[in-house]
Amino acid sequence: MAGRVVKVAGPLVIAEDVPGVKMYDVVRVGEQRLIGEVIELRGRRASVQVYEETSGLGPGETVVSTGSPLSVELGPGLMSSIYDGIQRPLDAISREAGEYVTRGIEVPGLDRSRRWEFVPAVDRGQKVAAGDVLGTVQETPLVVLRVPVPPGVREATVAEIRSGSFTVEETVAVLESDGKTQEVSMLQRWPVRRPRPVGRKLAPEVPLTTGQRVIDTFFPIAKGGTACIPGPFGSGKTVVQHQLSKWADADIIVFIGCGERGNEMTDVLLEFPELKDPKSGRPLMERTVLVANTSNMPVAAREASIYTGITIAEYYRDMGYDVALMADSTSRWAEALREISGRLEEMPGEEGYPAYLGSRAAEFYERSGRVVCLGSARQQGSLSIVGAVSPPGGDLSEPVTQATLRIVKVFWGLDDRLAQRKHFPAINWLLSYSLYTSRLDPAYAEQYGADFPGNRARAMATLQEEAELEEIVRLVGVDALSDRQRLTLETAKSIREDFLYQSAFHEVDTYCSMDKQARLLRLILGFHDQALAALEAGAPLEALLELPVRERIARARYTPEDELARLDTLAQEIATQVGQTRARA
Amino acid sequence: MLKEYRTISEVSGPLVMVEQVDQVKFDELVEVELAAGEIRRGRVLEASEGRALVQLFEGTTGIDIQGARVRFLGKVIELGVSGEMLGRVFDGFGRPIDGGPKIIPETRLDINGNPLNPTARAYPSEFIQTGISGIDCMNPLVRGQKLPIFSGAGLPHPQIAAQVARQAKVRGTHDPFAVIFAAMGITFEEADYFISDFTRTGAVERSVLFINLADDPVIERLATPRMALTTAEYLAFEKGMHVLVILTDMTNYCEAMREVSAARKEVPGRRGYPGYMYTDLALVYERAGRIRGKPGSITQMPILTMPEDDKTHPIPDLTGYITEGQVILSRELHNRGIYPPINVSQSLSRLKDKGIGPQKTREDHADVLNQLSAAYDRGKEARELAVVLGEAALTPVDREFLRFADQFEQRFVRQGEDEDRSIETTLDIGWQLMAALPRTELKRVSDKHMQKYLPAAGA
Repeated sequence: MAGRVVKVAGPLVIAEDVPGVKMYDVVRVGEQRLIGEVIELRGRRASVQVYEETSGLGPGETVVSTGSPLSVELGPGLMSSIYDGIQRPLDAISREAGEYVTRGIEVPGLDRSRRWEFVPAVDRGQKVAAGDVLGTVQETPLVVLRVPVPPGVREATVAEIRSGSFTVEETVAVLESDGKTQEVSMLQRWPVRRPRPVGRKLAPEVPLTTGQRVIDTFFPIAKGGTACIPGPFGSGKTVVQHQLSKWADADIIVFIGCGERGNEMTDVLLEFPELKDPKSGRPLMERTVLVANTSNMPVAAREASIYTGITIAEYYRDMGYDVALMADSTSRWAEALREISGRLEEMPGEEGYPAYLGSRAAEFYERSGRVVCLGSARQQGSLSIVGAVSPPGGDLSEPVTQATLRIVKVFWGLDDRLAQRKHFPAINWLLSYSLYTSRLDPAYAEQYGADFPGNRARAMATLQEEAELEEIVRLVGVDALSDRQRLTLETAKSIREDFLYQSAFHEVDTYCSMDKQARLLRLILGFHDQALAALEAGAPLEALLELPVRERIARARYTPEDELARLDTLAQEIATQVGQTRARA
Repeated sequence: MLKEYRTISEVSGPLVMVEQVDQVKFDELVEVELAAGEIRRGRVLEASEGRALVQLFEGTTGIDIQGARVRFLGKVIELGVSGEMLGRVFDGFGRPIDGGPKIIPETRLDINGNPLNPTARAYPSEFIQTGISGIDCMNPLVRGQKLPIFSGAGLPHPQIAAQVARQAKVRGTHDPFAVIFAAMGITFEEADYFISDFTRTGAVERSVLFINLADDPVIERLATPRMALTTAEYLAFEKGMHVLVILTDMTNYCEAMREVSAARKEVPGRRGYPGYMYTDLALVYERAGRIRGKPGSITQMPILTMPEDDKTHPIPDLTGYITEGQVILSRELHNRGIYPPINVSQSLSRLKDKGIGPQKTREDHADVLNQLSAAYDRGKEARELAVVLGEAALTPVDREFLRFADQFEQRFVRQGEDEDRSIETTLDIGWQLMAALPRTELKRVSDKHMQKYLPAAGA
C-alpha cells in the first residue's frame, strides 16, 4: 500500500494517504524512489522534504513510508569517509554514477563487504549494559573503534562473543536478558535528530588547544565547548576552520561542508591525506570524517547534513574520544530551513527565517559537551562544536548570527578590514570573546607559567590602549604622543604583527604550541618592560626601537618547536641590548 | 499527439495557472500557443493534482484565458548541443539568431545539469595569464576557477572582460580553447561591443554567444546562463576544450528571479530577493571546474553591477560567498582615468596559492604579491592621513610609501586595453616600483629574491 503525491513544488512534496506515516519518517517518493523526510502532518496530508532533485516528479506518483526516521549507520568504516548530507559515500556514488551526483542512487553508509578484525573485550557470562565496550576494531592506524553495547540495553549477559574477521552486519556477540537473546553486530543505526545518551555532562575545564595563537592565548575554547566564527566573505573563515581541523588536539575531526564550494571540499579531500597528524605523523584523513553537501546539491539534504555529522561525532565521543566538529557554514543550514519553511507557507519571523530558528540552533549546539560516557568504564569524552556563520554583508545583527551568539560561548569575530590588510587570522581582538578564559586559566597557569593569564590581560590592555591612541594620532598626529605612549604603540604593533599574525601557509608558523605561545608573549612584553625602564632612565626611544634584537623578536615565531631553547637566548639578548642602550644614556 | 488544454484560469505577471490537467510533472517544459499561432515556452513551477502553475519565459503579454492552448511536453528543458555551435549566436533560449542553419544536435542535455561530485573534481591549479597586471600578479586566475567581476554602473567591465577573453592563455600549452558569452538583459550597445570585439580579433570563431538583451523577455534570462553552462560542460568535458564562460550581467538575472518570486507571492528574504537566491546562484556558479582524468575545464567570469557600488547588497554578497574570490572595480580609480580600475586591495583570488610559484609563474611571485599589496595599503593609509593633516605631517618613510602608491596605480595597475603583459613583465614592474622604497621596508620578500630581482636604486 502506498500513498500518492498531490503536489510538487521544488524540494517540497505533499503526499496524501500514506499508510502508517509518522512525523520525521523517511519516505520514498515516486518511481525513482527519491529519499524524503516527513516534516508536517495535516489530516490525510503529509509534507515531505525531498533530499534529491524533484524535477520530473508529478502528482499521482507513489509515496511509501519506510517506517523509521532519518538515521545514520554507525560502525567501522566511518573514518576517512566522505559522505553527502544523508550519509551516502560520495566515492561510491561516483563509482556508480560517474562524475555527477544523479538521482535515486542507493548506497549504504558503511561498506557491506569489507571485513574488520574484531577483538573481543568481554568474556562469556559477563554482565554488560549500554555503552560498555564489547570489543575493538582497528579502524584506521590512528583510530581504535570501540564497539559498544547498543544504547537501550539496560542489563544483559554476554551469551556468546566471537573473535575474528567480520563484516559490519555479521553477529559478533549475543546478549541475553530476561530470557530473550539479542544478536549484536558492529553496525548500529541512530536517528540523526535525537542526541545520543550520555552518563552525565561535565564542566568544560580542559582547553582544546588549536596551535593558533590568537585562539589559544586570547580566545580559547574548552573541550566540549562551542564557538562560532562569523565573518563576511573573503575574511578567511574557511582557512580558520581548516587550520582547526588540522591542528586542534582532538582525536577525531568531523568536518561538515554545508552548502559551501565544491572546489573547497576537493581541496580538503586532496590535502588531508597529505597532511600529517602532528602527534603521530600519520595522515590526518585517518582521523577525519567529511560530510559534504556542496551549495549546488539539493537544499533539503543540506538541512540534514549537520545532523548527520553530529550524530557521527557523538558516536565517537561515546567511545571516550575528544571529538571536534566543524560546520561550515551554519548560515547555509539556516537558509535551507528558511526555504523549506517558506514552501510550507509558515508564518515567517525575522528576514523570512522561521520563528523556530533559534531553538533549532540551540538544540544543535547543546549536543556538544564534555561527558562521562555510558558504560561501567566511566570513560570521558568530549564533543566541541565550531560553527562558521556567513552573515550577509558582514552584518552581525542578522538573525542567524544573533541566534548563534545567544548559545555559543566563544566568538571569533572575523573582520574583513583585517583581511584586506592581510592580517591573518583576521580575528578582531577587540570584538571577540571567550567565556571559557577564567575556567581554563588555572590549567594554563599551571602548565605554561604563572604569569600567563596576567600576560594575556596585559597584552589585551595594550591593544585596547592602542585603539585609543590611534584615535589621537588620527586627529592630531603622532607628534602629540609621549615617548611612553609611542613605545606602547610599538609594543601593540609587535603583539599584532609578531604574535597575533600567523601564517597558515608557513611550515613552522602554521602550528604554534602553547609553550611557544607563552614564551613569545613573554618576550614581547619583556622587551616592553625593559625598554620602558630604560626610557625612564633617559635612554632615547629611537635607539631602543632600532635595536637589532627587535628584528629577532619579529622572527621568533619562525623558531621550530624543537629549538624553543633559542628563545631563552633571545630573552637574554634583549636584556643585554636594552641594558647597553640604557648604560649609554 | 500531446493533449492540449484550454483551461487557463489565471494569468499574473509571468505566471499562468492551468486547470484540470493530468499527469503534469514538476519542472516540465510547457508550450503555450496563442490564438494567433505564436508559441511561448515555459516551465512548471508547481504541479498539483488537477492544476499546474507555469512560468512563461517570454512573458504573458497577449495571452487570453479563453483562446490560448497549453501543451505539456513531458520533458524538462533541454538544449541540443554540438561542436558546430562554435562561432554561432543564439538567443537567450538557445535558438540561433545569426541567420545560420539550425544546429543538428549531437546530444540533448537537461539545462539544469547535475551537481559535480566533489570526489570527481580536480583541484584547479593551472595559471591563466590574462595579460592584466592587476589580475595576474595580485589576483591570479586559474583554470576551473569562478572569479566574478564586481562592477558598478558606468565602469569599464565590458572592456576588461573582453580583454581577458582576448588575451587569456595558459602558457606553454596549445589546448583547444573556447569562449562562451551569455548576455542577460544588457543593452544592445554593450552586446555589440563584445560581438564586434570578438569579430575584430577573430575570437568569434571559437566562441558561442547567447544573447538576451534588455528588451528581450525578462524571464528568459533565468534560462540563459543555464544554456551557456550546458554548452560549456559539453565542450569542456565531452570535447576536451578549455572554456571561459562570461556571464553578464548577473544583477539582471537576479532581478528576474525576484520578479518571479514576487509574482508567486513568496515570503521575501533580504531586500525582496527570494530566500533561495543563494541556492539558485550556486547552481549557476558551481558549474565550473575540472574533472579528474578529463582534459577540459570551465572557468567562469560572471560580471555583476553592484547597486550603488555596495558590496553588501545581496547580489554581490551571495555571489562572493559562492565564487572563489572577486575582482572589484573602483570608481575612484576610474574617475582618475586609470584603466583597468581594479581595486587591488579589495579583490581576492582564493585559488592563487596553488596556481603560482616556480614552474607555474615565477619563484618570486608570492613575495612580490605580498610586498606590493602591503606597501600599497600603507601608501593608501598615508594618502588618507595626508588628506587630513597635509602631506607635510607625514614622516619621510610615509611620504615614500605615498609616492609608491601613486606610482603603483599609474605604472602597475594602469595599462592599455590592448596591452598584453607577460607575468615576467608584470613582476619586473613590481620590482622596479619596490626599488623606490627603502630596502629595510621590504620585509615580505626573501633576501634571495631581492638579490636576484631587485634593480639597483635609480635604475
